[in-house]
Amino acid sequence: MDCELLPRAQCRETMEQAQAEARAHGVKDVEVLMLAGAEALTRFANNTIHQNVAERTRHVSVRCQENNRTARATTNRTDAESIRRATRQAIAILRVQQADEKLPPMARPDKVVPVARWYSGTAGCAPMKRALLVKEVIQLCEEAGLTVAGIVSTEETVEALLNSEGVFCYHPETMATFSITAMAADSSGWAKSSSTDLEKLDVAALAKRAAGKAVSSGNPRELAPGRYTVILEPPAVLDLVGQIFGDFSGTALEDKRSFLTDRLGEKLFGENITIRDDVFHPLQAGAPFDGEGVGRQGLSLVQSGVAGEVAWCRAAAARNGRQPTGHGFPLPNSIGEMPQNLAIEGGGSSLDEMIRSTKRGILVTRLWYIREVDPYTKLMTGMTRDGTFLIEDGEVRGGLRNFRFNQSVVELLGNVEMLGPALRTSGEETFDMVVPAMKVREFQFSEVTRF
Amino acid sequence: MHDIAKQALNAALLEGVEYADARVVEQRQRALSTKNGAVAQVSSEESFGAGIRVLAGGCWGFASTHDLRKEGLEKAGRLAVEIARASCEARKLPVELAPEPAVQVVWSSPCNIDPFTISVETQVALLLEVDGELRREKGVTLAETSMVFDRTRQVFVSSEGSSIDQTRTWSGAGYTAHSFGEQEIQRRSYPNSFGGQYQLKGWELVQELRLKDHAAGVASEAVALHSADACPEMTGNLILDSSQLGLQIHESVGHPIELDRVLGSEANYAGMSFLTLDQLNKLRYGSEIVNVVCDARAEHGPGLGTFAFDDEGVEAQRVEIIRDGQFRGYMSSRETARAIGETRSNGTMRAAGWNRLPLIRMTNVSLEPGGQSLEEVFGGVDHAIYMETNKSWSIDDKRYNFQFGCEIAWEIRNGKRVRMLKNPTYSGITTEFWNACQAIAGREHWVLWGVPNCGKGQPEQTMGTGHGASPARFAGVKIGGGFQE
Repeated sequence: MDCELLPRAQCRETMEQAQAEARAHGVKDVEVLMLAGAEALTRFANNTIHQNVAERTRHVSVRCQENNRTARATTNRTDAESIRRATRQAIAILRVQQADEKLPPMARPDKVVPVARWYSGTAGCAPMKRALLVKEVIQLCEEAGLTVAGIVSTEETVEALLNSEGVFCYHPETMATFSITAMAADSSGWAKSSSTDLEKLDVAALAKRAAGKAVSSGNPRELAPGRYTVILEPPAVLDLVGQIFGDFSGTALEDKRSFLTDRLGEKLFGENITIRDDVFHPLQAGAPFDGEGVGRQGLSLVQSGVAGEVAWCRAAAARNGRQPTGHGFPLPNSIGEMPQNLAIEGGGSSLDEMIRSTKRGILVTRLWYIREVDPYTKLMTGMTRDGTFLIEDGEVRGGLRNFRFNQSVVELLGNVEMLGPALRTSGEETFDMVVPAMKVREFQFSEVTRF
Repeated sequence: MHDIAKQALNAALLEGVEYADARVVEQRQRALSTKNGAVAQVSSEESFGAGIRVLAGGCWGFASTHDLRKEGLEKAGRLAVEIARASCEARKLPVELAPEPAVQVVWSSPCNIDPFTISVETQVALLLEVDGELRREKGVTLAETSMVFDRTRQVFVSSEGSSIDQTRTWSGAGYTAHSFGEQEIQRRSYPNSFGGQYQLKGWELVQELRLKDHAAGVASEAVALHSADACPEMTGNLILDSSQLGLQIHESVGHPIELDRVLGSEANYAGMSFLTLDQLNKLRYGSEIVNVVCDARAEHGPGLGTFAFDDEGVEAQRVEIIRDGQFRGYMSSRETARAIGETRSNGTMRAAGWNRLPLIRMTNVSLEPGGQSLEEVFGGVDHAIYMETNKSWSIDDKRYNFQFGCEIAWEIRNGKRVRMLKNPTYSGITTEFWNACQAIAGREHWVLWGVPNCGKGQPEQTMGTGHGASPARFAGVKIGGGFQE
């Protein structure tokens, strides 16, 4: 399709302007990355809309390459003179650099399979429609005596990449997101979901889920910190386990900053852990090409607990005798690549089954402010938030005060006892992925906070 | 830019609009980095656009655009008003603003040496020299250096008649040595993690940091950490260097005093605050030697939170936050000041660019220097753990329970360093921690640190903030809990 936000013809015209300017300065290798966006977000708190915004953006980024040197200049001005100026800036910067003999030449056209992720109902969502969705969920929660806060956002983006070797990749996409926090006197509940199609978001169901958690976690008890069996709902799994995937990178291995350094091929996790990267997964989103125009390939990152494949950008692949996998970031950069369409294989256990099978444990809705404490064990710290519950004898017994955890993700993925179905999941600490709920033994809570 | 700003403002002054302002922002940035002896990134970026904010029917609407032609601005103006009217569908009370006088101002931050006049060649050469020095230490497996320079000019105009033209130039520079060995990754950074130090200065900041002079020591410590003892798990005296204390202030004082958080605006994302309105002028936040101000004025120093006027046209101010340990004030906006009965905003509304709505953000939230010498801070107790340079940071959504990790620690006995310690962490409850502050070093050790990556808001905004601190000592702190088995 051709998207009005950034028509293909305009991409070609910009490329021609950059190429002509580069040629005039004796440079023939040019790459143009263009991004266009129209985003809107309606935000509510204290049962009223308090912030309501829209933005329209455009970026043109020109990368030139000559004699094993490269540099990039970016502008959001799209007139011909601004494109020419950005091109001249990129050339000026590259010519004062030392040569990098390992810099790969511009990418040649690769097989890129298009994927349709643009919905007119999301792209054309008017401010009044978002406001009426908010009004509906506020009324629903007010009837339960709760105070609510949250967002409804809709966005349309187009990403295009062209280069002087003939690469022309183009990907329009839409995304709708809804999240809600429902609050009672001493408790809260949260729910969030995203979809390329606004019509697939059931905001009333999400509001009811958040409200239910707020009500049922009221009058929270304090439990001593320690090691507990936990049931992590999908957003808690996403935000914690999602912290490790930057390490599944060839460049990170070269730099010895990955926890997989000296461990690839080892069985690091439980037999029940299988993780893939797959841009074509039906619940995934994103462009099917990387920052140099290489088509994204599927990766088997973890198979039955064994760390297997990692992502390779073109430069790292060339240095290590590998094939690029289509996960590179736009050049120049220092981190190389990472998988971005993650799917952790699920299991057949429902959340109810996990709860019923638990003698004593803790149900966690979401985790918050997660930071790495140790990079090689992937020891992470953070807090529970918006719905933490005690489970005894197979039943949820009520809300708990929130905990701080200090937990190694490597250890956690070796202690998974049950898996739920894998769902497209949104959190606040990393990007959306497809993940299941997990029942995990010996999860380490180190402290309790005051609420 | 003034003409564009006026056009943008006029585009929003449609029937029924009670208030409008427009910001036209032109930003230029240069970023450079090296990795293991090679240039990793040299890039230049510019951004130019307009954001229009309107109040109609007692509700806010905001629209921004990169299209600065007349028709682009008119479209954005109409959209801002349409959004405000849609907001009224779910309105409780109309927004009211604390009054603010109209001003006409032109202001630029001091910049002795324009960093954009220093050649890329010179800047890259310095970074590569530092990079080489880091890698001279056997055992350093990854050396990373970086610099960033930014100049942003903003013209703000409002329907109340203000016109404010501000230009801010800031710079940042620093480096990190990583060492992998024996199934462990260690690192040391200079002068701070997160890319180093950031201030509202030009190239002179890079000169003042004397980057090359510290590279050998930093590299040596990164490797030495492998053979250091692990930080013990204990409760005891903790001494923090000024950069870690700057982040401690940011997380456990700066965020909780944001009045929009207190009033619930951030409940769905960043969270709320334990500093409910009933705590003002009643809560003992810290010990009697703890004094914290929020100060955006140039007199406070060249912080990332220094400006002349905030992004809704309120003059930069100095606000008492904690005086002699007592909680005295919040950071406010025109809307939130009015909501709690204050007569004026204290000027902390900041937007991360033309395409973002201004929010209450930290300016420079600083711990005032204390009356102790450095010798008294270190030698005032028999035993302490001294920690330097942040490595990890986490705090709950009401800002009570925190845990920080640092790159390195030292065991201190009778004021002397007796051994290096690796993997140090400490944790606590905000008010208990600040009430345990026993000694703060004086002005000669006070540094105004820049935090370049403070996140808040939906859509997320990343903002630079300033935090001044001298090394300080705290008693009875839980140390080493992050690595407990």
